[in-house]
Amino acid sequence: MELFTPDFGLVFWMFVGFAILFLILWKFAWPVIIKSVDNRAALIDKGVEYAQNAKLQLDNAQQEHDKIVGEARTKQADILREADRLKTQIVEEARNEAKTAAQKEMEAARQSIAQQQKQAEIQLRQQLGQLVLDVAGRVVRTNVDNSEAQSKLVNTYLDEIENGGKGNTPDTKKK
Amino acid sequence: MNRLIRLVTIAAIVLLTPWSARADVAADTLKVSTDLEKDAGKAQNEEKKLDPKEVIFEHLGDAYGWEVPFNHHKRIPLPVIVVDHEGSTHVFMSHHLEHGASYEHNGKTFHIAGKDSPYKGKVVEVGADGKEIKVKADISVTKDVAAILITVLIVSGLMLWHAGWYRRKTLLAPRKGLGLVELITCFIYDGVVRNTLGEKAHKFAPYLLTVFWFILIANLMGLMVVFPGGANLTGNIACTLVLSIITFLVTNIFATKHYWKEILWPDVPLWLKFPLPIMPAIEIFGMFTKPAALTVRLFANMMGGHMIVLVLTLLIFIFAAVSPAAGGGATVISLLFSVFMLLIDVLVSFIQAYVFTMLSTIFISLAQEKGHEDEHHLEHDHDHSSPGSAIMADSTAPGVVTTVDKEAAATN
Repeated sequence: MELFTPDFGLVFWMFVGFAILFLILWKFAWPVIIKSVDNRAALIDKGVEYAQNAKLQLDNAQQEHDKIVGEARTKQADILREADRLKTQIVEEARNEAKTAAQKEMEAARQSIAQQQKQAEIQLRQQLGQLVLDVAGRVVRTNVDNSEAQSKLVNTYLDEIENGGKGNTPDTKKK
Repeated sequence: MNRLIRLVTIAAIVLLTPWSARADVAADTLKVSTDLEKDAGKAQNEEKKLDPKEVIFEHLGDAYGWEVPFNHHKRIPLPVIVVDHEGSTHVFMSHHLEHGASYEHNGKTFHIAGKDSPYKGKVVEVGADGKEIKVKADISVTKDVAAILITVLIVSGLMLWHAGWYRRKTLLAPRKGLGLVELITCFIYDGVVRNTLGEKAHKFAPYLLTVFWFILIANLMGLMVVFPGGANLTGNIACTLVLSIITFLVTNIFATKHYWKEILWPDVPLWLKFPLPIMPAIEIFGMFTKPAALTVRLFANMMGGHMIVLVLTLLIFIFAAVSPAAGGGATVISLLFSVFMLLIDVLVSFIQAYVFTMLSTIFISLAQEKGHEDEHHLEHDHDHSSPGSAIMADSTAPGVVTTVDKEAAATN
């Protein structure tokens, strides 16, 4: 059993033993181990990347938050301003509307007054004419048969009076 | 409970390692001296016949049967398998051959050849005339063979356990003991195999990792002196020779065309290779020196470690023969040194397994190189940096080989 000269039996068993060990590990152990370790390394890499992203997002979140709050504030101010504006507008509109309505009313009133005045004038004129005719008829009692011509004449006089009482009215009255 | 058992086992291993190394040799030496004392007719100065070389080589070498601590007469019997000179196979247990006894099996007598025989220490057939006849083949399960089987069992157990873990818990990292196994495996796989071989790592990793674990476990088992350990397996040249032959075969079988071209028709001036193939001869010689260096490095380192511890222990008996006081002093000193050396051997066990794996990886990767032409062929100038890197690799390759050879020379 020499140390320095390889013994056949030992060489033989060494080959057999190592071959068996290699085959067992090659078939059942190394592929699983190496694949799993690689997979886990990949998973850890992914996890680190995820964590970094998460941290980045977290860092951004505060800014995002501030930004959102700021935006909300501006929006709120805008809305308030808008509401204010709308309010004034509505009030203004209402006021204008009321004004126009009032004006219309007044106009209508004015018109109706004018109309009534006109009607009253016409009525007055008719009555006055009748009255004048009656008076004149009584005064003259003659030649006043032709009432139609008389009325025409009275109207002419009345017109003259209306147009400023100028002309030959006094003459006519004298007549 | 589990933890307690583990603790006790570890404590036993730690305590027994240096002590039983001593006890074993002590028993051996005591046997020598008692035998001598019994021999009343012999003079007292013959007690100095304690032959350290004999004791050391008996402990380093292979044996039929496995010693048990504190008892030098009983050994764990192991099967002896021999083919006698007529070609028939004999299988029997080794305890029949203990202490020079002869054993008759199927009409043939066997015994272990004595010190003066040319077949010293081996099982030989004893002819009818009492002459020793060499057996045709001896494939006995000796102590070292049993150590191989134990190592195979331990390594495959560890790795199947490890693989089983991943089958059960796909992506969870193992802890404690299995974590250590994975740590070491990944240290070799990532640090050595993948770094050197790159994308071809997965092709050679099973062999390289197996070699690493086999050597590591065999080395560590060798440091434990009691039964499952104690065989000087990696300190036996047969074991390291087989491992380097396998590396040699793997290197050359999977070698690229470029590797063979570099060996048979290297890039040197024509006169160096044409009429007289000087460079090819050197290259071919280099092919064989690499595995030879691997063989000797592991063998010498492991055997040296064991031998130092044995010598330190034997110093006690050598000094005790001079005077009791010297023996007492030597006991303390050599015990301290033995513990120190054994601790260093634990480190060396790992380093040598690592170095063997690393050099195997380098040898394999050198044979995986693609030349400039191949690269142009494959990539069509696709990557401009690759021809450059190939040139660099070419220029570094001989450097690696020379450092390796130097290292081998230093170890030798």
